[in-house]
Amino acid sequence: MTTALQLTGHRDQLFNQVIRQQLDSWISKYPPGQSQSAVIPALHILQDSHDGWLSEGLMRALADYLEIPAISVFEVATFYTMFELKPVGKHKISVCTNISCLLCGSEEIANHLQKRLGIGFGQTTADGKFTLKEVECLGACVGAPMLLLDRQYHEHLTPDKVDALLGEVK
Amino acid sequence: MQLDQVCFRTMHLDQPWSMESYRSVGGYQMLEKILREKTRQETIIEIIKNSALRGRGGAGFPTGLKWSFMPRRMPGDKYIVCNSDEGEPGTCKDRDIIRFNPHQVIEGMIIAGYTIGAQRGYNYIRGEFFEPIERFEQALIEAREAGYLGKNILNSGFNFELFCHPGAGAYICGEETALLESLEGKKGQPRYKPPFPAGYGLYGRPTTVNNTETLASVPVILQHGADWFHELGTPNNGGQKIFCMSGHVNKPGNYEVPLGMPFAELLELAGGVRNGNKLKAVIPGGSSTPVVPADVMMQTAMSYDGIGKAGSMLGAGSVIVMDETTCMVKALERIAYFYYEESCGQCTPCREGTGWLYRVIKRIEDGQGRQEDLDRLIDVANNINGNTICALGDAAAAPVISFIKHFRDEFQYHIDHKCCLVSEPELKLNYG
Repeated sequence: MTTALQLTGHRDQLFNQVIRQQLDSWISKYPPGQSQSAVIPALHILQDSHDGWLSEGLMRALADYLEIPAISVFEVATFYTMFELKPVGKHKISVCTNISCLLCGSEEIANHLQKRLGIGFGQTTADGKFTLKEVECLGACVGAPMLLLDRQYHEHLTPDKVDALLGEVK
Repeated sequence: MQLDQVCFRTMHLDQPWSMESYRSVGGYQMLEKILREKTRQETIIEIIKNSALRGRGGAGFPTGLKWSFMPRRMPGDKYIVCNSDEGEPGTCKDRDIIRFNPHQVIEGMIIAGYTIGAQRGYNYIRGEFFEPIERFEQALIEAREAGYLGKNILNSGFNFELFCHPGAGAYICGEETALLESLEGKKGQPRYKPPFPAGYGLYGRPTTVNNTETLASVPVILQHGADWFHELGTPNNGGQKIFCMSGHVNKPGNYEVPLGMPFAELLELAGGVRNGNKLKAVIPGGSSTPVVPADVMMQTAMSYDGIGKAGSMLGAGSVIVMDETTCMVKALERIAYFYYEESCGQCTPCREGTGWLYRVIKRIEDGQGRQEDLDRLIDVANNINGNTICALGDAAAAPVISFIKHFRDEFQYHIDHKCCLVSEPELKLNYG
């Protein structure tokens, strides 16, 4: 979903109505006066509705909306690895290379992906289709080696499975 | 021997995650009984204490005792928080509990809330767990519709609200005070203890943080009794426990088995070492627990006390199996990189020390190790150990100290010969 989000102005006009509803729903899950608790879920929502990354304007607008200082949003966005602060590809592939995956061949998977996509970790393909990331343990160790493609885990990978997977992505 | 008696007890059913499946094994009966009979909080705490349930997230602290620390009659807000920020390398059990039996986590949390005097709970689930989060949210809707959440639950006068809160990728948030900071919408940097969460927790209010598997064990304990649960395991190590069998085994998977089961038996359940290879070493409780050589491990019982005797820790039950083809330097390099990457940066010994550990191990692996490096590694590790606010510092030090202790020759070989002692598996196949 790519929509023009209004990022300045009165609180009631920030973002758009759909996003405001989602944010309000999260804020309501915390006690009165604790809207800062909603910052992580809110950043997920904004990132998903803004081509997968968080611009400074987006973060400032969120700070206004939650009525907290902008630095409080920047601190969180820069601390957690799921938040992207630069443009990314249409699809994000996160490959685990931690110990259980390493023992089960994640190096081969990682090399294969880099070769197939022609990019290294932290890079995006020229056509803007894929961003490739190396990540720490994603908690699917008994399915090693594994990767996360957008919102879906893929386990017990082989180079062939990776090829099939890439082929299915639109 | 029957497996899957506790957290995985719906696993054999079609759609094990549904309300219907959960009810068919006795789910929510205990909550209904407690609210109907207005069971005294002290009675529940006593049962949990007698069951010898210990924290399943890594520290192994007795759950009943933890609950007893809460000022349960103190007026004002109190919280129960479920720690589903599963991120210790080797650990993947909470993901399956939430995916396949979310209602048991919910019932456990409501009962825990009732017992410690909390009217609000949060389940902090790591952000990458999209599928488990969705499952849990759906289960919350079902529980709310069934009248188990909200105001005046089942006309008992007890109010309880429960929400799911996603993380966003930070191992440190599995540390309970970092998790509370994160839940408050901040960077996940651990707090000094004391004060402990039971006194000063979420929003500065009394809070209990328990692991997913711990909370999901509660309804079963109440249903079948403390003695039943205790006797599933061994004295002081009650119950069954999920072991995540990963690495070089033929059938990797999550196995819920009695605590105290010999490791050899557990290894057999997981199909034995892959390709019939020889076992070299095991990390029994997740990457932060000391590595144990094969001969010791084969004599070890899988309980808190048993693994303690073997010089390691049960941790979260994350068993990482390494066969004879494993290069211990390379394995340690990857583990060291993890702690370097995940250090929150708050304490100097951890922030700087984890970088030192990684860089020195990496140069040994790269064939550029120096003779003084092994002593240097031990020195750096000892300077992190015990000198940080939270246990991540110790977690980074323990693997380094134990790998070098048990496999020093292999590290020394790397330094002396600038190459690996272990033949690559591909070579073995070619000559084999």
